[in-house]
Amino acid sequence: MSKGLNDQYLLRRRPSSERYVDIGFKRIAIAMASMVAIVLFGILLVVFLGSLESMGRYGLNFLISSNWNPVTDEYGAFTAIYGTLVTSILSLLIAIPLGVGTAIFITENIIPKELREIIGLMVELLAAIPSVVLGLWAIFIMEPFLRPFFTSLNTNFGWIPFLSSIPSGPGIAPSIIILVVMILPIITAISRDSLLQVPSRLREAAYGVGATRWSAIFNVILPAAISGIAGGVLLALGRAMGETMAVTMIIGNSNNFSFSLLSPGNTIAAMLANQFGEADGSQVSSLMYAAFILMILTLGVNIFAQWIVKRLSLKY
Amino acid sequence: MSNNLYYKASLNRNILDRCLTITTTIFAIIAILPLILVIGYILFKGGSQINLSLFTQLPEPPGDDLLSAGGIGNAFIGTILVTFIAAIIAIPVGVGGGIYLAEYSTGGAFSQFIRFGTNVLSGVPSIIAGVSVYGVIVSTKILFGSNFSALAGGIALSILMLPTVIKTTDEGLKLVPDDLRRGALGVGASKFVTITRITLPSAINSIATGIVLAIARAAGETAPLIFTALFSFYWAEGASTLLDPIATLSVLIYNFALEPYQSQNELAWAASFVLVVMLLAMNMIARLISRGSSFNN
Amino acid sequence: MANPSSPSRSKNPDGTSISLENVTISYGNCEAVKNVYCEIPRGKVTALIGPSGCGKSTVLRALNRMNDLIDGCTLKGRVLFEGSDLYDPKVDPVEVRRRIGMVFQQPNPFPKSIYENIAFGARINGYTGNMNELVEKSLRQAAVWDECKDKLSDSGCSLSGGQQQRLCIARTIATEPEVILMDEPCSALDPISTLKIEETIHELKKRFTIIIVTHNMQQALRVSDMTAFYNAEAQEGGSGGKVGYLVEFNDTDRIFNSPAQKATQDYVSGRFG
Repeated sequence: MSKGLNDQYLLRRRPSSERYVDIGFKRIAIAMASMVAIVLFGILLVVFLGSLESMGRYGLNFLISSNWNPVTDEYGAFTAIYGTLVTSILSLLIAIPLGVGTAIFITENIIPKELREIIGLMVELLAAIPSVVLGLWAIFIMEPFLRPFFTSLNTNFGWIPFLSSIPSGPGIAPSIIILVVMILPIITAISRDSLLQVPSRLREAAYGVGATRWSAIFNVILPAAISGIAGGVLLALGRAMGETMAVTMIIGNSNNFSFSLLSPGNTIAAMLANQFGEADGSQVSSLMYAAFILMILTLGVNIFAQWIVKRLSLKY
Repeated sequence: MSNNLYYKASLNRNILDRCLTITTTIFAIIAILPLILVIGYILFKGGSQINLSLFTQLPEPPGDDLLSAGGIGNAFIGTILVTFIAAIIAIPVGVGGGIYLAEYSTGGAFSQFIRFGTNVLSGVPSIIAGVSVYGVIVSTKILFGSNFSALAGGIALSILMLPTVIKTTDEGLKLVPDDLRRGALGVGASKFVTITRITLPSAINSIATGIVLAIARAAGETAPLIFTALFSFYWAEGASTLLDPIATLSVLIYNFALEPYQSQNELAWAASFVLVVMLLAMNMIARLISRGSSFNN
Repeated sequence: MANPSSPSRSKNPDGTSISLENVTISYGNCEAVKNVYCEIPRGKVTALIGPSGCGKSTVLRALNRMNDLIDGCTLKGRVLFEGSDLYDPKVDPVEVRRRIGMVFQQPNPFPKSIYENIAFGARINGYTGNMNELVEKSLRQAAVWDECKDKLSDSGCSLSGGQQQRLCIARTIATEPEVILMDEPCSALDPISTLKIEETIHELKKRFTIIIVTHNMQQALRVSDMTAFYNAEAQEGGSGGKVGYLVEFNDTDRIFNSPAQKATQDYVSGRFG
C-alpha cells in the first residue's frame, strides 16, 4: 500500500556525493581547528628563530644588563623587563580592589537594578575604547593633570628610590595609571560574572544565619567566586604585560635605567612598537629576544590562569 | 542590652558594613570616571572638528601646513578595508574550528590541545602578532613581492580575531540542546545537514554577537598594524591597493599624537572621535543581536 | 513467537522486522545490558518495560544507532534489520535512521515553523511529492492537524508540550520510515496529551512497526501487542554497577496475565523492589 509513496523518497539511499560532503565538511572543520595550533607554533617559531643570534651573543646576561645601546650595537633588556613587570604588577595591585569592589557594588544589591546595569554597561564600553585612543587621552589630558600630584610626591617622598626623580612628562607612573584604566574592565567584568554565578542558595544560607551583608560577602560569596576572580586577575596581568600602544605613547621610551617610577622608562611591548620599524641587524634579533621573553611571560601567566581556575574551583 | 529588634547604627558590625559599602561605592565611581572623562574629551575635542571634508581629504604630512592637517578619508577607508580582510580570514577559520570543537570533537587530546591553544592565543600580546607577521610576510616579501601591505595588516588582525571567533562559536553551539541534534539525526539527517540546518541557525545570534565584538576589537587595534600595514598619505586605489601600505585610523592617531604640530594632534582627536563612535556603534549592534535571541523552549 | 507477517511487506517472510542476537551494550568498560536475544515483529507495537537502569532505552537507541553519538558506547552481538546487520562497518548510520525513525523523551521540535519542522525531514530524504499534502497528511496522522492548521508558519516551539510531541511524531512519519522508535514519548506530558498520543499510536500501527519504551505499565498494556520485560541485576565482580538483561518477551496479554517468570509477575503486579 505504501509502495508508491515510498518511491517518492529518492534519497532513502544516500548518494555518494552527499557522503563526500559530510566527510569533507568534517575534514575542513578539523583543518580550521588545526589553524590555531599552526598559528601559535608559527608565532613561537618566528620569534624564537629571530632571537637565536642575540641569544647566542648575550645569553642570560640579556636579562640583567640594562645597557641598550643601538649606537654601540650592545643590548640588554633589563630596563624593559623591569618596566614591564613594574607597570603590570603595580597597575594590577591598584586595579584589583577597584575592579572587585566595583563588581561587588554592581552584583550585591546595593543600588537599584537599573543603575547596576548602567554601571556594568559603562565598564564594558570602557573596554571597547581602543588603547591608542586612551594613549592620546593620556598624553594630552591625564598626564598634564596628574603631573602636579606626581611632583608633590617627589618633593615630599623623594628619599624613596621609587620616587626619586622629578617628573618631566611621560614616565612609568602615568603608564601605570593608564594600564589601570585598561585592565579595570577585564577584572570587573570577570569578577561580576563569577559573582553572578554563585548560587543564590549560598547567599540565602549566609543571610539566613544572620550574617551582615559584608560578612556574607567576605565569608561566603567571595570564596565561592574566587576561582573566576583569580582567573580574571591573571588574565588582566597578561593583558597589562602585553599592552602596547597606550604605554608606548606615555612611558617615554627611555633606554636608560632608573628605579624611579616618576622617570621615563620602557616596557618590552613599548620598545618593540617604538624600535622594531627602524631596527636592523642585531638590533632586530635583540628585539626578537625581548619579544620572546614577553611571550614566555604572558604564556606563563595565561597557563597559570587556566590552571588556577581549575584548581580553585569550589564544588558547590 | 535592649531586647527590641531595631537597627542599631552604632553596633560595630553595622559601622563596618556601612564603611565597606561606602568604599565600594567610591571604587565604582572611580571605575567609571575614566570612561566619562575619555568619552567626554573625545566628544569635546574630536566632535567639534567633525565635518564632511574630514572624510574627503587626505592627511597631510606633518610640517607641510601648520594650519591644517587635512582629513582622515583614506584612513577611514583603510580601517574598514583592513578589518574586512581580517574578518574574511578569521570568520571561516574560527567558525570552522568552533564547529569542530563543539560538534565533532570527543574530548580527546587534540581537541583539548586546540581549546588550550585558543586560550593561549587569545593571551598573545597583539604587538607580537604584528612582529610575527612582519617576520613571516613583510620581511620575506612572500605576498607577490610586496612588503608592507593592507593584506599583511589584515592577516595580523585576523590572528587577534581568531580565538574570539572560535570561542564564541564553540560556546554558542554548546548552548544548543542536544535534543535538537538527536531530533535531526532521528529523521535521517547527516551530520553536515544537522550542523548547517539545525544547530548553526539556532546558535547564530550568539555567534554573530561574538563576531561583531571581535571585529570591533580588531578595528581598534594599532600594534599589529604599525609594521604590517604601515601608513600612507594617499588614497587606496585600484586592485593593487591590497599589496600597498595603507592608512588606518588607529595608526593615524598613533603617528599624529606624537607629532609636535598642533594641527596634527587635532586630527588625531578627530580620528579618535570617528573610531570610538564606530566601535561603540558596533558594541551596541552586538548587544542588540544578542538580545533578540535564542532559546525560548 | 513470531506472528503471521503482514502481506504488504514481505522482505523477511517470517515477519521479523528487527532481531537482536546476543546483544551486549557497554559504556566504556561498564556493561549496560547484556545477552539480549529478541525478535521484534513487523507491523506491531512492541513495548519495552522494566525498572530504571535496566537498559531498555539503551537497547532502543541501539536499534537506529543513536548510541553512536555517545562516546565509548560499544555493541557486541548482531542487530539484524530486515535480515541485514545494522552494525556492519559498511552500513551508513544516516541511512539506518532514515528507515528507522525516532521520537524522543523530551519533545524536541526544531526552532523553525511547524511546516518546516515536517518538511525538513522529508526534504533531506529526497521527497519529491507535494509537500503541502505531506505536511497536512502527517499532521493529521499525528492527530495534531486541527490544532495547528491555522498557524503552520508559527514556530514549532510555540505549541504546548503535548502538541510539540505530536509534532515530533508527525515529523518522524513524514519521512515514511519502516520502524518508529519511541523513547518514553509521554513521560514529559500530562494525562490528556498522553491519551492523545496513545490514540495516535493505535492509528500508526496500521502502517508502521512501532517500538516503545515506557515506564507506565498501563500504557504498555493499552498500546502494545508484544511486551519485553527487562530487569537489572548487580554486576558480576561486585563493582556496584547494574547490568540489564531481557527477562521475558511475549504477547502483551501473556506478560501481564500469565508471565512465565516470577520477576515479571512481581513487576507487573507492582510488587517489585
